[in-house]
Amino acid sequence: MTTTLYPARKIITMNPDRPVAGCVAVRDGRVLGVGTQDELAAWGAHRIDTRFAHKVLMPGFVEGHCHLSQGALWRFVYVGPHDRIDPDGRLWPALTTLTAVIARLRDAHERAPHAPVIGWGFDPLSLAGPRCNRHDLDTVSERQAVVLMHASLHVISTNTAGLQAGGFLRAGIDHPGLPLGPDGLPAGELRGPDAMWPVAEAAGLSRQLLAADADGIRVFSRLCVRTGVTTAADLANPLSDEIVEMMRRVTGAPDFPLRVVSMQRMAGQGPVETVANALRLKALSSDRLRLGFVKVVVDGSIQGLTARVRWPGYFNGAPNGLWYVAPEQLCTLLSHALGSGVPVHLHTNGDEATELALDCMQTALAESPAPDHRFTLQHAQMSTRAQFLRMRALGLCVNLFVNHLYYWGDIHRAQTLGPERAERMNACASAIEAGVPFAIHSDAPVTPLAPLFTAWCAVNRLTASGRVLGAAQRIDVAQALHAITLGAAYTLGLDHEIGSIEAGKHADFAVLDDDPLDGPPSALKDIGVWGVVQGGRVFPAATPVPADSAANRAADIHP
Amino acid sequence: MTPARSTAAQALPVTLLGGYLGAGKTTLVNHLLRNAQGRRIAVLVNDFGDLGIDGDLIEAREDDVISLAGGCICCSFGGDLMAALLRTRDRAAALDHVLIETSGVALPASVARTLQLVQGLRLNAVVVLADAGAIRQQAANGYVGETVRCQLQQADLLVLNKLDLLPSPPAPGLGPWVAQQAPQAFVLEATQGQVAPELLFEMPIPRGATARRQETRPTERPLDLRAGAHGIFRSISFAFAGAVDVEALERALSAHPERIVRAKGLLRGADGRAVQLQLSGARCITTPWKGKPFATGRLVCIGPAAIWNETVLRALVWRHAVPSAASAASVPPALTDAGQRA
Repeated sequence: MTTTLYPARKIITMNPDRPVAGCVAVRDGRVLGVGTQDELAAWGAHRIDTRFAHKVLMPGFVEGHCHLSQGALWRFVYVGPHDRIDPDGRLWPALTTLTAVIARLRDAHERAPHAPVIGWGFDPLSLAGPRCNRHDLDTVSERQAVVLMHASLHVISTNTAGLQAGGFLRAGIDHPGLPLGPDGLPAGELRGPDAMWPVAEAAGLSRQLLAADADGIRVFSRLCVRTGVTTAADLANPLSDEIVEMMRRVTGAPDFPLRVVSMQRMAGQGPVETVANALRLKALSSDRLRLGFVKVVVDGSIQGLTARVRWPGYFNGAPNGLWYVAPEQLCTLLSHALGSGVPVHLHTNGDEATELALDCMQTALAESPAPDHRFTLQHAQMSTRAQFLRMRALGLCVNLFVNHLYYWGDIHRAQTLGPERAERMNACASAIEAGVPFAIHSDAPVTPLAPLFTAWCAVNRLTASGRVLGAAQRIDVAQALHAITLGAAYTLGLDHEIGSIEAGKHADFAVLDDDPLDGPPSALKDIGVWGVVQGGRVFPAATPVPADSAANRAADIHP
Repeated sequence: MTPARSTAAQALPVTLLGGYLGAGKTTLVNHLLRNAQGRRIAVLVNDFGDLGIDGDLIEAREDDVISLAGGCICCSFGGDLMAALLRTRDRAAALDHVLIETSGVALPASVARTLQLVQGLRLNAVVVLADAGAIRQQAANGYVGETVRCQLQQADLLVLNKLDLLPSPPAPGLGPWVAQQAPQAFVLEATQGQVAPELLFEMPIPRGATARRQETRPTERPLDLRAGAHGIFRSISFAFAGAVDVEALERALSAHPERIVRAKGLLRGADGRAVQLQLSGARCITTPWKGKPFATGRLVCIGPAAIWNETVLRALVWRHAVPSAASAASVPPALTDAGQRA
């Protein structure tokens, strides 16, 4: 039984009883106490580790909605229009022209000339000039398939060899997901799962690999260390028995630095079977792998024009989006899950989908009353004040997708929703005003995993073009920090274990170079992350040394 | 990945079964499986949820594939239809027909377009089921009404199901309303999903907007259900273990153009020859059958629902079954598949 005291420049605890402290004591992976060094020394024999003496400690960040696939994607070439930092800390500069994208792909092709070339993060909307077609990508390789996964993850662009490999290099295709070129053959963009996956998989970008892959999960965990995340919710996993077995093995390794909450998406099973399976999986949980949650997708996405939107509909006149579940099925699922104590997280993007979720929740609660259920609306990007008040009344939590404000805010304003509704998107201030427990998220890999950036989005509401989108919905830094710690922990039903630094909780810390409460709100995203402490184990971002290595033990020992 | 180039004639036909929750899609699937009559059918369902396949039909079950007696299989695709279609295409040689039961909120036209991406498969027809007692309410629902109306509009064959649960007779406005919602569709009444399998499997249903679907196997000729036929119809089907007096049956069917607007059959004549019978209006043609051999003769008749009388039709048809001990014993009228009211 070793007790370690970590004096720090400042500890922001998120515990209102002791909001700030100078030292934290850790024993058996948990917080023994927070206070002054003298107070904590009274617990008895201890050692003092001063490596955080000039750092600021916060509760480890909780990413409430992302996908482990972010890890596997870094195996491929990043070609996005925004700077992105890889799990090893290398900066991949933004590519803002198609020429630059092609140059980076050629580079990758030269390094591995006998393999397909796969890029990700591509966003043609952000590139000037004509839309990328297969001939452009033929200049990367004529023989190997070139596949560019778009930032939305729902579209790819490919070259002639890619079309050939997927069986689409033929005339006479009449499908909205395969725009044709002047020659009557597919132009090279493949939209939607049915069109894109045959080509992507032929090139080696398989869904299984993205869903859960041992090495990808390890890479993902390094990204978490680098961004201060100690608990991440993986929002839609098939969670087959093989995957669960693999995840238990990977997360159970002594040097794995992350707690993963993995939710099973309802697909291929009816509501009743899905709930039964969640209960079965729950029993397979460990400290670092939490199972027994269900994710259900109610509608599509706003930028993809597949979200269900109430009147007056899409600003650009596009027809309304798609339902992915029938109301009756949703009610059955919610009612069963409430009765079985299985938490459900509902993907609703458009305000009509949110309204349906609220109606179904009301029906289900009447059938199966369940206090403190923590069911959570995920994204709920267009929620109105009236809807936040209903969430509160029904005991729902919400996890808002504030990163959208930066990445797609300009597009929502100009194309999908128009100025008024774009300004009230991801309305954190309304959630607070209505008293709805809320979190904010990245949905990585859709946008980068980086809770301080996500907090920055909620505080500043700046779009990529620099416009403030919805000044009235800005929240202050303390509120945003709450959302990425205790707020997110609450939506996962883990706020009694994590989310704040206080006696009894897991010793999960984000180790920061600067104090987020003592700088300009505009600089929140630029605060350096030294690494994390997870379950009392220290993981520096810069040198990914295993926690139980000799070097780490030596550093731990102070007289 | 790249299949051998297949022509439409070789392509495996696929029939989509759409319609909102509770319309009776699963019941129809079970009915078609129980009456497969040697057809090797692959059924693709979103999930096995309520699919109560009779236990004695099941030969093996492995995760997402259930193997049934007689070469039929049932697969759950769990949202990944494309992968299921590719797997199905790869085993096309062991199949005669594919049925896709779409989810209650799916738009059949979108599924039809996806189908087009898979070489080796061709769309046979979009069949949409509607619960006769609930459809108008569903179509007016604030959330799903638009989705339900789209489903109806995209139907080639609309099955107005669950008539047995309606107060008899159905509300007079229902017929015109359905015709308006599904202007392209052939509308058929049914109870408990009892649609003649021949209607789905052997009668391609052409549709103006998508005429390229009409390509069919050389041994089959399409029977245009809609030409000159308006209104709501019902169907009845017969199975004959033995021979039929084909000429007499032809005369009998042709003599009732008001009751029978369409008929199609594969029959064995008293002389042992296999023939195909097709009736459209008062014109009845029989041609020698050169397709796949069949053990049981089949006949399906379609007529206007308004004057539908099954007793009359049964008497009309059974009179021409050649009396033989075997057929009389093994094919009681109860074997008729379709159009029975509970």
